[in-house]
Amino acid sequence: MAHSYTPGLRVAEVTLLRKERRLPIHGEVLVEIGDAVSSDTVVAQTHLPGNVRLINVASKLGLPSEDLPTVMKKSAGDPLAKGEAIAETQGFFGLFRSKVEAPCDGTLESVSTVTGQIIVREPPTPIQIDAYVDGKVVEVFESEGVAVEAVGTFIQGIFGVGGERTGEITMAVETPNTPLDASCLDESMRGKVVVGGSHVTWDGLQKALDVGAAGVVVGGFDDPDLRRLLGKDLGVAITGHEDISTTLILTEGFGEIDMAHGTFDLLKSRAGRKASINGATQIRAGVIRPEIIVPIEEAKLPAGDGATAESTGLEVGSLVRAIREPHFGHLGTVTELPNELQKMESESMVRVLRVRFEDGGEALLPRANVEMIER
Amino acid sequence: MSENGKIKAIVATDCGSTTTKAILIKLVDGEYRLIVRGEAPTTVEAPFEDVTRGVLNAIREVEELSDHTVLDGEVIIHPNEGDRGVDLYLSTSSAGGGLQMMVAGVVKSMTAESAERAALGAGSIVMDVLASNDGRLPHEQIERIRHLRPDMILLSGGIDGGTITHVVELAQIIAAADPRPRLGIGYALPVIYAGNKDAREEVSKLLEGKTALFQVDNLRPVLERENLGPARDKIHDLFMEHVMAQAPGYNKLMGWTDAPIMPTPGAVGSIVETIAKRQGIEVVGVDIGGATTDVFSVFQDTFNRTVSANLGMSYSVSNVLAEAGIENVMRWVPFVLPELGVRNRIKNKMIRPTTVPQALDDLKLEQAIAREALRLAFEQHKSFAVSLKGVQQERTISDAFAQTSSGGTLVNMIDLDLLVGSGGVLSHAPRRQQAAMMLIDGFLPEGVTRLAVDSIFMMPQLGVLAEVHEKAATEVFEKDCLIHLGTLIAPVGTSQEGKPCVKIEATMPDGTVLNEDVRFGEMRVHPLGVGEEVSVKATPSRGFDAGAGPGKVLERKVSGGVVGLMIDARGRPFTLPTDEQARVAKLEKWAETFGAYPAS
Repeated sequence: MAHSYTPGLRVAEVTLLRKERRLPIHGEVLVEIGDAVSSDTVVAQTHLPGNVRLINVASKLGLPSEDLPTVMKKSAGDPLAKGEAIAETQGFFGLFRSKVEAPCDGTLESVSTVTGQIIVREPPTPIQIDAYVDGKVVEVFESEGVAVEAVGTFIQGIFGVGGERTGEITMAVETPNTPLDASCLDESMRGKVVVGGSHVTWDGLQKALDVGAAGVVVGGFDDPDLRRLLGKDLGVAITGHEDISTTLILTEGFGEIDMAHGTFDLLKSRAGRKASINGATQIRAGVIRPEIIVPIEEAKLPAGDGATAESTGLEVGSLVRAIREPHFGHLGTVTELPNELQKMESESMVRVLRVRFEDGGEALLPRANVEMIER
Repeated sequence: MSENGKIKAIVATDCGSTTTKAILIKLVDGEYRLIVRGEAPTTVEAPFEDVTRGVLNAIREVEELSDHTVLDGEVIIHPNEGDRGVDLYLSTSSAGGGLQMMVAGVVKSMTAESAERAALGAGSIVMDVLASNDGRLPHEQIERIRHLRPDMILLSGGIDGGTITHVVELAQIIAAADPRPRLGIGYALPVIYAGNKDAREEVSKLLEGKTALFQVDNLRPVLERENLGPARDKIHDLFMEHVMAQAPGYNKLMGWTDAPIMPTPGAVGSIVETIAKRQGIEVVGVDIGGATTDVFSVFQDTFNRTVSANLGMSYSVSNVLAEAGIENVMRWVPFVLPELGVRNRIKNKMIRPTTVPQALDDLKLEQAIAREALRLAFEQHKSFAVSLKGVQQERTISDAFAQTSSGGTLVNMIDLDLLVGSGGVLSHAPRRQQAAMMLIDGFLPEGVTRLAVDSIFMMPQLGVLAEVHEKAATEVFEKDCLIHLGTLIAPVGTSQEGKPCVKIEATMPDGTVLNEDVRFGEMRVHPLGVGEEVSVKATPSRGFDAGAGPGKVLERKVSGGVVGLMIDARGRPFTLPTDEQARVAKLEKWAETFGAYPAS
């Protein structure tokens, strides 16, 4: 059977999920293998080295740099308290003394007789990471973090903004082709993951932010609205650190595009359950897509499923989504995978597939312009 | 390795982020020619984690397509005997994101700029430029170093014998950041010091132990002169020893090659520089990729390279829109499309970067974006490819009136002889006429300029080959790498639509006599095949310069190509009509003249 590899987004009803939670630098792991954790359990912590402050003591005291040691009251490595004298001149018979005080608590890191500068390092900043999903610790990376496993639903989006959040899933619309506007949202959605249909309007997103929704999951969003949300035109798809209180996840793309029925129905079946979501997207080597994870403690894994399940590739019968004009957003089934290159309307010579859309229509599409819907 | 002689078969590979490409070159009837090209997925990442797997697969494809045996199992056969083995095996690499550096210098427009030039020339992506006067506070600079995690840092500053204070301050900042390299936990970050030699001891005290410190000659020993060679060579050595050595399988690959592995863009720069020197011409080369656009130029014997890190046709396509502005992209679209639709389409390309234009309108939109990406990348290049700043100049009375300063751009379009484009959107355009139009609109060449595209993107392999066998590299470059599009004549000056601009006279190879007045606002194309030459007389109208000087008659031989002899009488500086209907009509007319798109 003709077969080719095409990347796709994963939508799994029940699967084994593994999340690695690692510190940016070495620190202390607070849990052990086998521990049950909830999304907000702190699993590891560390201290980031503090910021440094450079102070030109020689210039402040009007001295040549090489004379710095004669006025220093502290040595490299000494702890400092804010306001404490670090250097002081002798003055004139003990009068008219000038001094330089520590600008903050910290440590004196170095003294340079070349530049006349000293470096004061502020106290370290504590960093904690949580488990992000309800599950069980299955591996400990010494001094770095842990791996948490959970069984549950996993849905990948195509693009998102905003970081990790948790909240109960709530459906704000009845069908996957209904836009999510302000009238669909209310105060009861505070702290929840709100699911919409084809599109979220600007007013709808504003309302979600106003009521304090944890997240919005929807088919599409308009680029000009994204620009309003971020305050700038997003040039490169590396997201997840935006300073917004509601995480936004698009399942289909930009514009008004019905959410895939399967995705919508699956989310609907999980309404009322707690979800962990992350809008972080990185479209470069080592792709990261946004995700919705719904741990289900009582769920049984289907046979053969595992966190490392590989894509089986594109085959006749595969369910695909067209991801470029002129059929953008349409879902269909692959009916043929011809080997020969074909000339498109643009005159590009490409490998193609034939697809039957849900409305019965058929088309020849470049293989590069479809995405598998993996299950 | 000796050039004269016995090299009969060469294999060169380029290990890219996604694909490893291999080419086989052989000596045929006294000339070096490309025999075949093969490719295979790069195998740096799991599950293989060994770059040599992809190299062997690409070479095996070469073997299958050429009936030339290169491998004995997994060993490259040396030397060549008939249809077996090779005399040279070389490679370049940009796998794993290429070489990513930070550079630092005391004054942003002087030593920091020289350091940036050295890093770019060595084929690196420059993540950030630190300078004592860059407007950031020390803690912000420290935060930036920690955040970026470069592969290496190049520190410069001060002329030899000058003050050492500022460069030592920069060393303090690097030391305080306690930087960690991007690859290889537990190994020290390489820092190259190429500044004031008097500060070496102090820099050593600060950075020795905290980093892997290397000291080379000052890259700006005096204000009037750059000495980038030692820093550039050290970057190449460290790229091999530290960065590549961390990438899976590279230690093995380094044992196979007959010359050091070069970073891919460094190799492309090398071939552009070699061609310019060998032919004594001024050259601009561009490689427009999915994420970045590299521009290379040689003007006045000075080589420059810039990387526009976020201008590209897939991953960075949305950034082209952000930097150029929607109106600049839309001005090249030969039909009316609502802004919302354009914005959403471009974002959808960004989030699904591997898609290809199926519809003709989609192709036209993509080529409109490409024109802006090329324009922006070239603007950045022009502002960087400058004469040294801070140099005192002797002035005559007339100079004083002209008020020219040091640091002016070296890029003079009227002197440009050859413009070479490569990268998917140019090399794989369904019609070569489209590539020619994108190059013309993106770069706006002036006077007489030859245009070409790299047929299958083998400039990297030829670049590394140029380092060890210049003859083979240049012969293959001219005969097999370049697809000549033809010659463009573009008079400089402006006038009113329809007024006379230039008169073109020539006797074409088929005997037809060309004698035409080209009016302002028009484009013309005449067939002139690959390898054909013709003497052209171009008589510019008053106020125009066709390349011989304002109003002067230009007579010279021009060469043909797959598009032919092109006349661009749209004027320089170039503007498009502001009225939408007039603009669309113009774009359609020019595309029709070139035969760029199928008739609708």
